[in-house]
Amino acid sequence: MMVSQADMQGAEAGWIAIGHIDQIPVRGARCVKTPLGKFAVFRTADGAVFALENRCPHKQASLADGIVHGHAVTCPMHNWVISLETGAAQGADEGQVLTLPVRNEGGTLLLHLGAAASALQVAAE
Amino acid sequence: MSATQPQKLVIIGNGMAPGRMLEELLEKVPGLYDITIFNAEPRVNYDRIMLSPVLSGEKAYEDIIIHDDVFYSQNNITLHKGAKVTHIDRAAKNVTAENGITASYDKLVIATGSAPFIIPVPGAYLQGVRAYRDLDDVSAMLEVARSRGHGAGKAVVIGGGLLGLEAAYGLKRQGMEVTVVHLMPTLMERQLDPAAAYLLEKALTARDISIVTKANTRAIVGETQAEGVELEDGRILPADLVVMAVGIRPSTQLAKEAGLLTNRGVVVDDGMATSDPDVYALGECMEHRGMCYGLVAPLYESARVLACRLAGEEAAYEGSVTSTKLKVTGVNLFSAGDFAEAPGREEIVLRDASAGVYKRLVLQDNRIIGAVMYGDVTDGPWYFDMLKRGTDVTALRETLIYGQSFQGGGQTDPAAAVAALADDAEICGCNGVCKSKIVSTITSKGLTTLADVRAHTKASASCGACTGLVEQLMTLTLGDTYKPAAVEPMCACTDLGHDDVRRLIVAKELKTIPAVMQELEWKTSCGCAKCRPALNYYLVCDYPDEYADDYQSRFINERVHANIQKDGTYSVVPRMWGGVTSAAELRAIADVVDKFEIPMVKVTGGQRIDLLGIHKEDLPAVWADLGQAGFVSGQAYAKGLRTVKTCVGSQWCRFGTQDSTGLGIRLEKFMWGSWTPAKLKLAVSGCPRNCAEATCKDIGIICVDSGYEIHFAGAAGLDIHGTQVLGQVKSEDEVLEHVCALTQMYREQAHYLERIYKWAKRIGTEEIRAQIMTDPARRRAYYERFVFSQKFAQVDPWSERVSGKDKHEFKPMAVIAEAAE
Repeated sequence: MMVSQADMQGAEAGWIAIGHIDQIPVRGARCVKTPLGKFAVFRTADGAVFALENRCPHKQASLADGIVHGHAVTCPMHNWVISLETGAAQGADEGQVLTLPVRNEGGTLLLHLGAAASALQVAAE
Repeated sequence: MSATQPQKLVIIGNGMAPGRMLEELLEKVPGLYDITIFNAEPRVNYDRIMLSPVLSGEKAYEDIIIHDDVFYSQNNITLHKGAKVTHIDRAAKNVTAENGITASYDKLVIATGSAPFIIPVPGAYLQGVRAYRDLDDVSAMLEVARSRGHGAGKAVVIGGGLLGLEAAYGLKRQGMEVTVVHLMPTLMERQLDPAAAYLLEKALTARDISIVTKANTRAIVGETQAEGVELEDGRILPADLVVMAVGIRPSTQLAKEAGLLTNRGVVVDDGMATSDPDVYALGECMEHRGMCYGLVAPLYESARVLACRLAGEEAAYEGSVTSTKLKVTGVNLFSAGDFAEAPGREEIVLRDASAGVYKRLVLQDNRIIGAVMYGDVTDGPWYFDMLKRGTDVTALRETLIYGQSFQGGGQTDPAAAVAALADDAEICGCNGVCKSKIVSTITSKGLTTLADVRAHTKASASCGACTGLVEQLMTLTLGDTYKPAAVEPMCACTDLGHDDVRRLIVAKELKTIPAVMQELEWKTSCGCAKCRPALNYYLVCDYPDEYADDYQSRFINERVHANIQKDGTYSVVPRMWGGVTSAAELRAIADVVDKFEIPMVKVTGGQRIDLLGIHKEDLPAVWADLGQAGFVSGQAYAKGLRTVKTCVGSQWCRFGTQDSTGLGIRLEKFMWGSWTPAKLKLAVSGCPRNCAEATCKDIGIICVDSGYEIHFAGAAGLDIHGTQVLGQVKSEDEVLEHVCALTQMYREQAHYLERIYKWAKRIGTEEIRAQIMTDPARRRAYYERFVFSQKFAQVDPWSERVSGKDKHEFKPMAVIAEAAE
């Protein structure tokens, strides 16, 4: 399904609907491809949703493929633990992942891609 | 006030919300209004939330009446019972009931409440299918329960939420056999997290209420009378009574027909007024700031606001934070606030396994925003009060979870889980020694050292995996005089080591990850990337038939059944039994390589072919093509059986003593799919020249003239170790039994990620030889457990995914692109 942002009813500037929360497993993540790069959208055990750039600061592995625990993800490559809230590497490791605002509106997930978003369109699953 | 004509107030509905509103109004401004109530139910106002105690027999209808007939006559209220309003004429300002009664109004309150949601499945309107909403439903349910006689009636409750569980408990108390069918994986998922839901399910099961989760109802079966509930998976649960408790819908039709603004409910502003300023809505039919409420507290709060407005005072309703308690005697559960959808949250968790206590607080900006409690709920109102007030808890933070009356101390006791074990819980699996035997022997013989306890009880004298537990029992029995050796904890989520956790999973029959975390007092609510994969493996190993594999607790390779590479692509290795392939197989592989432009094809050390550089999205299509040619997954990514390497043996080789290729294929076909603590590689060599390099494998077979020499515990990775000899056997059948028994012993005893050589070093090769070679009964038992487990393990994961399983793993959720102009 292709949806132009301009067509989307009630879309506020910069917020892009990317799908429904039920498309992400609890304690799991899904990848969203954008012109700004790939982002991982996480759903934690307590129902919270987070969006991070899908690149571990260590060796650029896909964080969406990690194990989600609490509000953190462990990278599948070398077990770095990244905070979903701040994007910062935890423990002795040092590094930072870009975080994006994401909202859950009655199950629909909205990702904020900044001002560039108005020129974008979404192919949702 | 007596000089003016009283205004006319008409209320449609006589439930708890308008009842409370009337009390407040009459207290504020008695006589201001001439009041008329229309009630569709043929009775006075009663306490609907106390229906559950009526159903369970703990209260009678008379006990739950709020306003009796005297109340209405004393206050000069006209109450029309059994009068359902069917029309509102807003222009003429009057309402008309089904029975023809009309009344005109100056102010109108719509309090039509809500209607139970009936799932539109075949048979939903058969006799014996009830909602759980009012006294009529309760009476009908009681009649079925009593007509069948105690213990003879069967009830199925659809819906494992608050109302459904209360109905189930009430029907159980009335002597029915009760099953709760719930769509979601855990009970009361809107109010409880999985840990608390686990404790609740355990408590209800202990009350002899059956719980079926993840169950979708397909139909209610029966001719005119309901006879059973058919589930999506084909199961039919027999039932004389079916109760649907799956939710409520605000009753908005009357308001809608009158042209008032409705959405999910009748839309009201902060003064409870609808889109017509003389018409108000109250209770479960209203929608305020996008929220509809089904619990009593918000309805009472809004009732107070409406009473103020009707009395001419200023008041505004600003929405409510709700809390929940379950009215099941002996089950203490409390849930409040919001658990979902906001970053920046922290949690504090306290578990006490022996007391069955779980408490979890969710904090944001140093304020409590959610609380879930099970077992000990005494501090629920305290937390809820702070939650509603937005109290800054920074100063209390360290001791907050221990509650209001907490004074100092609060150390968790690492021995608590052992203390909570039943006397007959088996501590030592090798020698079958239970807790009471160890404790009584320590006491009666005055033992003070581990060596003595081992000598007298045999506990931990074989593989030694239960040493930690035995030592904790010694500390419990002897007090602080005994200092056990330090055990390295599994991870930061627990003080217990792998051995302790494995033994306790079996001894306490813990069958889910939430059960393990609760009963063993995990310090986090959902573990970490170290303990979750380990627990998932232990449960898969111990309960192959019952445990539902938790894919979110597996590493990416085992989730997508391929090997992740450094650039994020994957490699795919199909199984080549014993390293033997054919022209047709090679042709199929070549076609797949061409079709998907696979950049590299490489022969592996395990005698098969690795296809490297495949994009994740392409994996199912690659597998579909490979599957057509008869390939299954080689599980080259698994902590499980990988390859069985062979040489050509007696079929071709002039030195070959036995059919090593055939035996290798037989072993691989028997053992594929089994999960093990770490990867497991086998090899079979046809003679002692050992061309299959069997003497550096986890398990190796060297064929000799007189039979087969079984080797194990080799390594050729980070460490290099030649194998040790387990023993010699005469036939292929014996090889199979011994190898599978050894594998099963390793599966049951090793720590997660511990290769067979490390396990063997830890527990001693002598002990392994003793159990596998010289104890046929024990060997046979290991073998049989392995065979049983294989019944559930030998499912090709690739063909499952080609058929659509776990689609979400392979596709991005969304693709956002530059808009095409």
